[in-house]
Amino acid sequence: MNTPIRRLAFFSMALFGVLLLNVTWIQAFQAESLREHPYNARQYAEVLTLPRGPIVIGGEEVAFSEPVGGDSESYQREYPSGGLYAHAVGTFPIRGEGVEKTENSLLDGSDERLAVRNFMDTITGAEHQGASVEMTIDPAAQQAAMDGLEALGKNGAAVALDPSTGAILALYSNPTFDPNPVSSVTDPQDAQDAWTELTEDEQKPLLNRALQERYPPGSTFKVVTAAAALENGAEPDSTMDAPASINLGAPLPNAWGGPCNGGEPDPLAHSIEQSCNTSMANWALELGDDKMTEQAERFGFNQGELTTPVPALESLYPNPSGDRNLLGRSGIGQGNVEATPLQMAMVASGIANDGDIMQPYLVESVKDSDLSTIEGHTPEKFSTAVSGQTADQLKDMMILVTEGPDASGPKGAIAGMQVAGKTGTAETGSGPTHNWFISFAPADDPQVAVAVVVEHGGSSGGEAAAPIAKGIMEAVIDE
Amino acid sequence: MSTATNSQALPPVKRRNAELAMTLAAIGLTMFALIEIGLTRNGEMPPQLFLYGGVFGGLAVLAHVFIRFFAPWSDPLLLPLATLLNGLGIGMLWRLDQGGIDRAGPMSQLILTAASMAVFAAIVFFLKEPRTLQRYPYIIGLGAVVLLLLPLLPGIGMTVNGARQWLNLGFTTIQPSEFAKIALVIFLSGYMVSKRDVLSLASKQIKVGRFKILDLPRMRDMAPMAAMWGFCIIVLVILMNDLGTSLLLFGTFLAMIYVATHRSSWIVIGLTAFFGACVALYPFVSHFKVRMVTWLDAFAPDVYCVDGVPDDAWCRLNGDSQQLVRGIFALAEGGVTGSGFGGGDVGYIIEVQNDFIFAAFAEELGLTGIMVMLLALVLMVERGMRIALASKELFIKMFASGISFLIGFQTFVVIGGVTRVIPMTGATIPFVAKGGSALLSSWIMLALLMRMSNNARKPAPQAIQDEGATQVIQR
Repeated sequence: MNTPIRRLAFFSMALFGVLLLNVTWIQAFQAESLREHPYNARQYAEVLTLPRGPIVIGGEEVAFSEPVGGDSESYQREYPSGGLYAHAVGTFPIRGEGVEKTENSLLDGSDERLAVRNFMDTITGAEHQGASVEMTIDPAAQQAAMDGLEALGKNGAAVALDPSTGAILALYSNPTFDPNPVSSVTDPQDAQDAWTELTEDEQKPLLNRALQERYPPGSTFKVVTAAAALENGAEPDSTMDAPASINLGAPLPNAWGGPCNGGEPDPLAHSIEQSCNTSMANWALELGDDKMTEQAERFGFNQGELTTPVPALESLYPNPSGDRNLLGRSGIGQGNVEATPLQMAMVASGIANDGDIMQPYLVESVKDSDLSTIEGHTPEKFSTAVSGQTADQLKDMMILVTEGPDASGPKGAIAGMQVAGKTGTAETGSGPTHNWFISFAPADDPQVAVAVVVEHGGSSGGEAAAPIAKGIMEAVIDE
Repeated sequence: MSTATNSQALPPVKRRNAELAMTLAAIGLTMFALIEIGLTRNGEMPPQLFLYGGVFGGLAVLAHVFIRFFAPWSDPLLLPLATLLNGLGIGMLWRLDQGGIDRAGPMSQLILTAASMAVFAAIVFFLKEPRTLQRYPYIIGLGAVVLLLLPLLPGIGMTVNGARQWLNLGFTTIQPSEFAKIALVIFLSGYMVSKRDVLSLASKQIKVGRFKILDLPRMRDMAPMAAMWGFCIIVLVILMNDLGTSLLLFGTFLAMIYVATHRSSWIVIGLTAFFGACVALYPFVSHFKVRMVTWLDAFAPDVYCVDGVPDDAWCRLNGDSQQLVRGIFALAEGGVTGSGFGGGDVGYIIEVQNDFIFAAFAEELGLTGIMVMLLALVLMVERGMRIALASKELFIKMFASGISFLIGFQTFVVIGGVTRVIPMTGATIPFVAKGGSALLSSWIMLALLMRMSNNARKPAPQAIQDEGATQVIQR
């Protein structure tokens, strides 16, 4: 009887071996990922007791933590600017996207770049502090974007970039939301209810339209088509047939129903100034699928998600692959072309910066609690969209958009300087048109490049979006 | 079975001082646990330290002194291990009390420990020869069945957490299955020793090519297996929804029939029948499905039942893995070193004072502490197996190995369930879990093992003459 008893003893030991291996697997190897599992409520409760670093915009703390007081060890996150920066900054406790999420480990002090400081704090007995995050946003530009879109009373978004660095100067999405009610630590249930209400709102206030929504770019995309033409041997005075309407299988008319140059072939520069559909569609047809696709991709289309570090959707220029209708329409930013407002701001900034697009970024620097810089941003080139010569030619064409005799966007003009712009009024398939304006100023020394989209504005880019863009540009330049 | 090797394997030494030292160490660990909890939770030495430490430590030392007199040859490792586990259990219950999570725990556990140790002493004292139990296998077997069925009686039967395994006697509640399992081991030991020859008979062999795979027993000898199977499936699973006890009893039955017959065919037949029944019943018994889904898809959003998805009633019917997953999160939180006794957030664990007390240990003592606990349990099991090997009588061999396996398998069922190795079924960690029935049955098992080890290790009586050729063989 001893053999089976020995085997049973081994089997019992094996059972414990299984238990030991399993707890080792969970506690030693899986622990890290389980602690960050979205269901794990502990992480949320624990982080509330950490003194979290502030988020700074323009020298002001736009997000900071205050002790709740009383018996509670928790800190309450405060957002004194309300909805102004909500989409860029995010909320804490983390719910949606935003710098609160992307820079979380630095803000709460758990990042390994802070390990040495934390270790010193442990030795000296000082309280651990999170790092502070300084953002690139220009408060005046951001306020101008908010004022413009709120005054219009339409959904939409605005993005402003510093063309020479890629710094994001404004990132606003309308409607916005107040992060304070959804961040309440003292009444988490109220916060949850407020959040649920926001998620169910039909106007989608939580959607960051500047980064997370794609729209047909409409005529603003004509600068990409023009860039492709110029890069492939055309000149600003090269002409193209510009009748009242062309037939791509389905008719493609001009916005005003007439021809562009009195029925004569239209010079490229004039087609941009007047926003001629038929000639630009013909340019796309002449250039062909591959050259159009290549140019769009050099501007940033089809290049995957962008990390600012707040994520931005990929903008799409699906190669029409021989479909004449789609190719022609893509030349005027219709068909299957889709762009985020950030993408169109990058188009404008590339032309402003002699053809080079800089990598857009939101975080200027991260500073330790003793104000030493942990991480600073060094501007990097995202792509070379066009040559310097093409950029100059495009700039001249875009100046005509705001001040030429047939200007389509005069409301984007600023007194005392030249503004380069391009309007866009995109058909949506359903509902009123989206109204776009992209621009940069001053044209001779660009300090700011802007893209504004008014969702279902039902107006034109020159009417609805250009004044908002003008306000943002003025806000940056006036400083 | 060779007596010569056995007596060599376990030299006749008492090692009672070693037992005392280890028991004192276990008491010391318990006191340190209380101090750590007091300092962590309240920032002061626990005022009840000497009440708890004194009573608990005094009891353990008394048990040791008692053993010194009445079972001096017993295994010296068993009492310290039981003291350690019991002390850690009291420590954790005191910690839950201090955390405001479970207010009723520590004092009653201490009183129950005292009562259990008294029963332990009584058994060691009165049951001088455990083989006398062999005389009444059927009465004890009947007792086991009655105990298991008692909760089905209307009036005193009570359903807790879905399982009908409790008796409500008004002044107290009892979980009779905790005692039934011991009675069952006694019955099976007696029954199988007398029937092992029959049960070992092979009617035909199953071969693949030239290789013998299985010896099949005769159909008529299947009766005990069929009875056990039917009882476990029909009564325990279907009527009482007590999957934990069912698994425990059937597993122990298979282990014992294997020890008795040395035929792996019984294990194959038993496992096939048990899991076959589970599969066959799967579509009809709703709580099977709940358990399986909860186990396999614990992290799926609809199983975890994220707030309001789709609604609570749906969750109860289709699986609700919150308890399991939160236990796993507690393990993860503890990591390798744990948050320290009293330093964790064990309030996140659902039903932390019951099955999931293991998760609380894992969080606060970490992987390191859990390993100590598991090693203490496996040591106890293996020492029990050693007693079975060292014993000479077949009944004692069956009995000791059965009890040992019961302790080990019960630990596996409960901890495996909590850590998602197997589906959650509900059982108690020996010596650690809260509750009188569980604690008392643990100490009864310990008493039986101690008594059997004493008898096995006791050296044969000395020869009457110094240089005599005649040796008096015991009995």
